[in-house]
Amino acid sequence: MNALRVEARIALAVARKDALAELRGRHATVSTLFFAAVVLLLFGFALGPDAARLAAAAPGFLWLAVVFAGILAVNRLHLLETDDGALEQLALYPVPRRAIYAGKALGGFAVMLILGVLVLGAVGVLFAVDVIGAWLPLLTTVVLGAVGVAAVGTFYAGVTVRLRAREVMLPLLMLPALAPLLLGAVKATSAALAGDPFGELGAWLQLLVAFDVIMIVAGAATYGYLLEDG
Amino acid sequence: MKTRILGFVALASVVAAMAVALLVVPPDQNQGDAQRIMYPHVASAWLAYLSFGITALAGIGWLWKRDLRLDAVAHAAAEIGVIFTAFAIWGGMMWGRPIWGVFWQWEDPRLTTTALLLALYVGYLLLRRLTDDPERRATRAAIVGIVAAVDIPIVHFSVEWWRGLHQTATIASPDRVLNPAAPMAFVATLLGTLAAFTLAWLYLMIRRYQLARAEVAREEAVRLDRLMSARTAEPAR
Repeated sequence: MNALRVEARIALAVARKDALAELRGRHATVSTLFFAAVVLLLFGFALGPDAARLAAAAPGFLWLAVVFAGILAVNRLHLLETDDGALEQLALYPVPRRAIYAGKALGGFAVMLILGVLVLGAVGVLFAVDVIGAWLPLLTTVVLGAVGVAAVGTFYAGVTVRLRAREVMLPLLMLPALAPLLLGAVKATSAALAGDPFGELGAWLQLLVAFDVIMIVAGAATYGYLLEDG
Repeated sequence: MKTRILGFVALASVVAAMAVALLVVPPDQNQGDAQRIMYPHVASAWLAYLSFGITALAGIGWLWKRDLRLDAVAHAAAEIGVIFTAFAIWGGMMWGRPIWGVFWQWEDPRLTTTALLLALYVGYLLLRRLTDDPERRATRAAIVGIVAAVDIPIVHFSVEWWRGLHQTATIASPDRVLNPAAPMAFVATLLGTLAAFTLAWLYLMIRRYQLARAEVAREEAVRLDRLMSARTAEPAR
């Protein structure tokens, strides 16, 4: 139990470091948010001005915008580490690797959560869907989705951060892996917005929970090898 | 020499199996000749899954034993798996056009799952090409291969749900053939095709593995050569 608490403290320390760097520089959050807003606007243009059609497609827009912007966010969080060999320093810490992974993922989760909530609000405004009425299931979906994107993104950003073609490889690896999350989150959002007429919301949230847990475990188990490989 | 014999046997059995599947076995009552696509299609899909399973296992093996031969196995399996996956998708589309009326059926969870699978492992292969150091490449590839394999069941499960939680498939599906009511001739042809394709797969695996080993050996030789010439060039400067 005690060991677990120590690891949690290490994870928090890593996440705090990322948060601090982010607060001082504000690279990831601002540019990522702006990107998500532009994506939403373009989706609107792509589907035309028919309000009913846009409202029906809103859950899909929400999650595509979150996932696309998530690529930028997790990439930024790992790019911080490539400056001045910070990643090597991180790898030198005599602490469990999974705690470092948890810390990086926690930082990613914080960014993704802010992003998710703000994009949800923007979708409500832009596509005239009632976000406030179903705030609790929607917020649950956003939290679970943010955990999943952070868990998967942290892992793949760790894989690609040292590659030359990082900008291409990260989405290429990350997007297909995120497909189950996209399906589950879009379905849960649609169900929540429609007042869950078929009683399927719970099942989709369970799918998201399962995805999150499996990906966190897989990421935590393998991230150490990435740090060692220098 | 043994591998070459295996190659000829594999080729002969694939030709024989295809001849039986295309010419000898009677066509399906409902689907007609289009159903014949099922034989290579199912065999390819099975080999694709087998390949990706091997990629993940060999990846675990590499992380554990640090033997580059295991990485070569993972590489060979992933590449051949991608080919069989592409072949399975292509066959599925050729079958879908006359039976469903469309090449791409979003309602079919297997088709969409397989497409994602292809994307995952094409990414895996691209990642391999971007890392020069053999050991680093092996580690990165192993991790990505393991996570991809972990992702496959979730992808499959989620797509199956996504199609509709309260609606059962009513479309004719290829694996109906495997139910007990299916005529013996169909089952026998399918098993024969599976065996023939597996032989071909084994041959390809061996050859691709040898090639992967040769590639690594050459990389090492080039690197050593570069190091040596850098050393001998130094005093002159």
